[in-house]
Amino acid sequence: MANASNAAAVTTSTFVTPAHRRRWLISLVVLALAALGLTAGILTYDNPMPFGSDGFWKIAQSRITTVLVIAVVAAAHSFATVAFHTVTFNRIVTPSILGFEALYGLINTAAVFFLGAVGATATRGIASYLFQVVVMVAFATLLYSWLLSSRFTNVHTMLLVGVVIGAGLASLTTFMQRMLDPNEFDVLTARLMGNISNASTQYLPYAIPIVAVVAFWILARARRMDTLALGSSVATSLGLNHRRETIKVLIAVSILMAMTTSLVGPMTFLGFLVATLAYSIADTYSHRAILPIAFLLGFVLLTGAYFVLRHIFYAQGAVTIIVELIGGLVFLIVIMRKGRL
Amino acid sequence: MITLENVTKTYSGETTIGPIDVKIPSGGITSLVGPNGAGKSTVLTMMGRLMGADTGKITVGGLDVATSKSNDIAKKLAILRQENHFVTRLTVRQLVGFGRYPHSAGRLNVEDEQHINSSLEFLNLTALQDRYLDELSGGQRQRAYVAMVLAQDTEYVFLDEPLNNLDMSHSVQMMRQLRKAADELGRTVIMVMHDINFASRYSDHILAMNEGQVTHFDSCADTMKSSVLSEIFGTSVRIIDDVDGPLAVYF
Repeated sequence: MANASNAAAVTTSTFVTPAHRRRWLISLVVLALAALGLTAGILTYDNPMPFGSDGFWKIAQSRITTVLVIAVVAAAHSFATVAFHTVTFNRIVTPSILGFEALYGLINTAAVFFLGAVGATATRGIASYLFQVVVMVAFATLLYSWLLSSRFTNVHTMLLVGVVIGAGLASLTTFMQRMLDPNEFDVLTARLMGNISNASTQYLPYAIPIVAVVAFWILARARRMDTLALGSSVATSLGLNHRRETIKVLIAVSILMAMTTSLVGPMTFLGFLVATLAYSIADTYSHRAILPIAFLLGFVLLTGAYFVLRHIFYAQGAVTIIVELIGGLVFLIVIMRKGRL
Repeated sequence: MITLENVTKTYSGETTIGPIDVKIPSGGITSLVGPNGAGKSTVLTMMGRLMGADTGKITVGGLDVATSKSNDIAKKLAILRQENHFVTRLTVRQLVGFGRYPHSAGRLNVEDEQHINSSLEFLNLTALQDRYLDELSGGQRQRAYVAMVLAQDTEYVFLDEPLNNLDMSHSVQMMRQLRKAADELGRTVIMVMHDINFASRYSDHILAMNEGQVTHFDSCADTMKSSVLSEIFGTSVRIIDDVDGPLAVYF
């Protein structure tokens, strides 16, 4: 507790006490070390070639693609979810509520429905990837600008409309899936499950720079986001153009979500989980403190799950299963212990 | 000086506000009074550019609130609405620090810290500065919000029912502090008030509204008359001359 009589020396910090700052710093370092350790683990564990040989590096190089995919997915989900929570003034929903994943499901299902099993491969070209991304971002941008500029609506109306559109798209998808033949359905299901091992790595050269640019853009406006989190009236009174800022951030969120969904498929729970844990660990309003923690958490969670599944259980199954099982448990424990979100 | 020229606002085709033409002078405290639904809060939010007017022009201290840059306006006027709920958990000092955002964009310097300190002191919050907002009582929290608005260091301060949820003694304290802000810090305070006695005791001017129109704009002494108040509030109001000035009785 700061000394009141010594008011001149007191400064305003994003952390309430030095102990908070220390804890944040330690968490950051531990997570960074864990991230490095798991990366090294994935690259070297059970590598059949002797260490340092040409073959060893060839295998490590092919595995590094996986690490890159995980980094892109972790960055996209963590930044998108934290930013989304901030501009929608709630910490319960995730950006997937806005129907991105439903749209992704519909595009892929429609491709298989109309073109047959060939369609599943047809949606994996670079052109169709960019097309999917453009459609998802355009859809989101239209929705946000329309809903946020009409006079009687607010962010919650927007969320509700997003849910309704998402549900509509999902039932259209289910309808088409019911009419597929079992083989085609099997091909499609593999596509619709979030899967790191089965990532469409040919998209990486596009996804990496785009996700990096958008993530840095969000990080650069971290202080604006701190202020946006105070709500539209307070943020406006403090000199932000609230509506314009909100739309900009939501477009950034939709780009990130489109990137990751097209790369590995839907991962509904990941962003929510890492964001919630990051709020709890950082224990501050400052996005500059929260965002790096959220990203590292996502990375560690995914690399950890991947490592365990692939190298210990020899099961290259869906990483989402571990994320949701372990992550869900950790999440419940944190909530129980803290007693608040 | 705040000027409203031909300002109108229509809600769902039925409720209409304006046209309002009024000039509010700089300095002192002006209270907006009137019955529920008269449009007081709407006018205040429009002056604070949180809501756009349908027609007309509003200028505050020479800035057109519809066309000027939001950050320029934020250095001229600060507005506080009634309900403030944040998702993030903030301490009093952090909240007050946000008041400096228009000046420093979140990077607080020595001057900002001085403003934060004096705002905290001004509202007797120095001892509470490291407490979280959700650990405070309603009155303390309200004071913290006002401290944030004062730290913004603007010439004009707009408050929507600052006495909402405050008990008697906290109401008196709040009004004294606002009076001090007007007298010692030279702020122009415009606020929506429900209690006409509080308004008349602490304000310089009273602006009365009814059914979306400004019906009276006068000094307190000239407003505190039985005939005027009865007309404003649509109920019979007697005036008792107390040692401290006129008191409205309307029970």
